[in-house]
Amino acid sequence: MTHEPLDPVQQAFQADQLSIFQEIGNIGAGNAATALATMLGKVVDMSVPDVRVVSFNEITHIMGTPDTMVIGILLGMEGALNGHFLMLLAVDDAYDLLSIARAAFGLDPVAREDFNPADIDPLDESALREMANILVGSYLAAICTMTNLDIEPTQPTLAVDMVGAILNVVTVSYAEIGDSVLFMKTRFNDTQKDIAGNFFLIPDFESYKRLMESLGMGLG
Amino acid sequence: MATIIVGMADWKVAKGSDILTTLGLGSCVGVTFWDKAKGIGGMGHFMLPSSEGYTNQNRAKFADTCIQDLLVAITRAGAVRANLVAKIAGGAHMFSGAGAGNVLKVGERNAAVAKEILAELKIPLLANDTGGTHGRTIELNIGDGKLKIRTVGFGEKFV
Repeated sequence: MTHEPLDPVQQAFQADQLSIFQEIGNIGAGNAATALATMLGKVVDMSVPDVRVVSFNEITHIMGTPDTMVIGILLGMEGALNGHFLMLLAVDDAYDLLSIARAAFGLDPVAREDFNPADIDPLDESALREMANILVGSYLAAICTMTNLDIEPTQPTLAVDMVGAILNVVTVSYAEIGDSVLFMKTRFNDTQKDIAGNFFLIPDFESYKRLMESLGMGLG
Repeated sequence: MATIIVGMADWKVAKGSDILTTLGLGSCVGVTFWDKAKGIGGMGHFMLPSSEGYTNQNRAKFADTCIQDLLVAITRAGAVRANLVAKIAGGAHMFSGAGAGNVLKVGERNAAVAKEILAELKIPLLANDTGGTHGRTIELNIGDGKLKIRTVGFGEKFV
């Protein structure tokens, strides 16, 4: 039990508000499952996301130590909200997701030991970018539904690096507001593999205020 | 010998043969101070170039206040200001393909401001491994003042 004053980001996302983002996550995951099934030609279940507010130093440990190699795919947001959306995958999860995609596209499978994300195959890179496009697009569409704000994703960019370094893109944006970030974890399941995807909504400061107002929660 | 971890928006001071480390610097910058004669070192890990306009909060988040506070702490621990030498690393542009918005370019500004502040303080900057598009993990060995820099895909080096 802590008696520390709440961080402003944690304050903004109290239980009620978090449940709105949980709902956004549910709608987004539903949209995404449909879109992924179309892309992959098979059913991929997406489970209810885990939506949390996590402190900076905690967030760099969600996937091991902060120097653990991960794959980050960053998309811009344009329109009524500006900022970014980051999808973060552990190397094993990226491998599993790509195995599903390779099978769907009739490509030869790649052995786990031959999968080196630091020197990623251009086909794998473009498959990951396309999946990020679909998934993030689905979350943004859900935010549009909940807020009536019109938001478009921009071209995805991929980086393979230390999780702490990649997350700087997230923490720097939230640093203007507080010392925590909003974090959505999604699970994908194709009956053989259980894959986790980590998503971070990163509005710029003005857009953050607009988003909170349109969801009926001013920054106070 | 102990390895002491410096978190994000944090600083620490150590002595003897300890190692100070901070993991996964992206656009953040790690700054180190070392007093060879006294065998004392310090490391800060800040995120943003300037505390101006911010009221709350963790002073170690910003270049100016992080470096100020680290300097006070290391001299309080017995280091002599005139002995101090500095090294910096980090300040990368992690998603270089994604354009150059303010958030994405913050690494460049972080590194530039750190250099300016150290110049104003007249603390010699012995090594500057900043910029690029890759993350860095750094380790300062208080025993010999060497800074080890590890990357994903760009090898490892001592500066």
